Amino acid sequence: MTHDHDDHHDHGSELSEMQLRVRALETVLAEKGYIDSKALDLIIEAYETKVGPHTGARVVAKAWSDPAFKRALLEDGSKAVASFGLMNRVGDHLIPVENTPQTHNMIVCTLCSCYPWEVLGLPPVWYKSAPYRSRAVNDPRGVLADFGVTLPTGTNIRVWDSTAETRFIVLPMRPAGTEGWSEEKLAALVTRDSMIGTGLAKNAKEVA
Amino acid sequence: MDGIHDMGGMHGFGKVEPEPNEPVFHAPWEGRTLALNRALGYAGIWTIDQTRYGIERLPPDVYLSSSYYRKWEIRLENLMVELGLIGADELKAGHALRPGKALKRTLTAAEVPNTLSRGSFTRPAQGPARFKAGDRVRTKNIHPQTHTRLPRYARDKVGVVEAVRGCHVYPDTAAIGQGDDPQWLYTVLFDGRELWGENSDPSLKVSIEAFEPYIEPA
Repeated sequence: MTHDHDDHHDHGSELSEMQLRVRALETVLAEKGYIDSKALDLIIEAYETKVGPHTGARVVAKAWSDPAFKRALLEDGSKAVASFGLMNRVGDHLIPVENTPQTHNMIVCTLCSCYPWEVLGLPPVWYKSAPYRSRAVNDPRGVLADFGVTLPTGTNIRVWDSTAETRFIVLPMRPAGTEGWSEEKLAALVTRDSMIGTGLAKNAKEVA
Repeated sequence: MDGIHDMGGMHGFGKVEPEPNEPVFHAPWEGRTLALNRALGYAGIWTIDQTRYGIERLPPDVYLSSSYYRKWEIRLENLMVELGLIGADELKAGHALRPGKALKRTLTAAEVPNTLSRGSFTRPAQGPARFKAGDRVRTKNIHPQTHTRLPRYARDKVGVVEAVRGCHVYPDTAAIGQGDDPQWLYTVLFDGRELWGENSDPSLKVSIEAFEPYIEPA
């Protein structure tokens, strides 16, 4: 509770300073003819309403239920996702990495915050935070514990540091007891964190 | 640069604290800041690597004590002033004091849907790839003062080339206005013990995306 209080306090004091500062910057840039504020409104609206992890979840659900799509996805992620018709293009190099009983994958960007925006939306604050960026590469099991996740003993961990313009998305394992489910129902099992590798897909029982 | 941004393997930052039901933006200014960055990126006045380098050059205390979007906002002010597109006096006044310069293009509302996907960073190769999947390589022990994408924890380490990812814009030159200088890009895989020593989790493997100038045969 103390932590929540402190966060709120820090956030509040930064808010007023930053609101004024951003307003001044936008005003200067608009008056100089560098930006169109109406375009800014549309960008914000797109990230608030259109781009998000629901896209990645649909890709994973299709990979779970369509073996040909899964093969194409692992072969060339950008091409397969584009053919799915979810968006115009996903950059040149979307690389899906598949979890197996032997290996659990986790995605990080230790140098900044590279993240597959087109399929997962904007990254959560924790993904961009110093604790995650510092620890994911040398203590991924500790990071998973912070998320309440324990992997079965014997599972290897593979961490992908996103140090270039290639982007990764984890293909989590399909939960047991979901045979015959529709893609739509399967997609409800796929959490954002399961596609970063800090979580697993939900249990069948969690989706009514 | 060996800056505070290069965090892989550092200790002392504490636990990862996920926020349940996190909103896309925590305040309206965060969305404005993101949108300003996207709009000016569209204008073609800088490369993505210049913007990353802009964040890395923030003083370490500012870097650590600022939220993600606060860093973006300060970086945006700094780059616009550095490029001579706005003046510090105008930021202080909160209004333009001089006419703007001509940009290659400005983002209109009609163009927004076309700007939401990523640009392309692959480029025609300047020569054949020096390495192939399966090659053992050693990352170089380099410490450039300027931008690089070879993290400190993975320097002077032996790994294996897992995949060749094509030829890409080279961040080390693109960040400092020296052009694309396209380089082959590889996924290089390291054993946890190679990176972190004998006490490393023995089941851990870590990969980086390494540009060809970062590696040599091992």
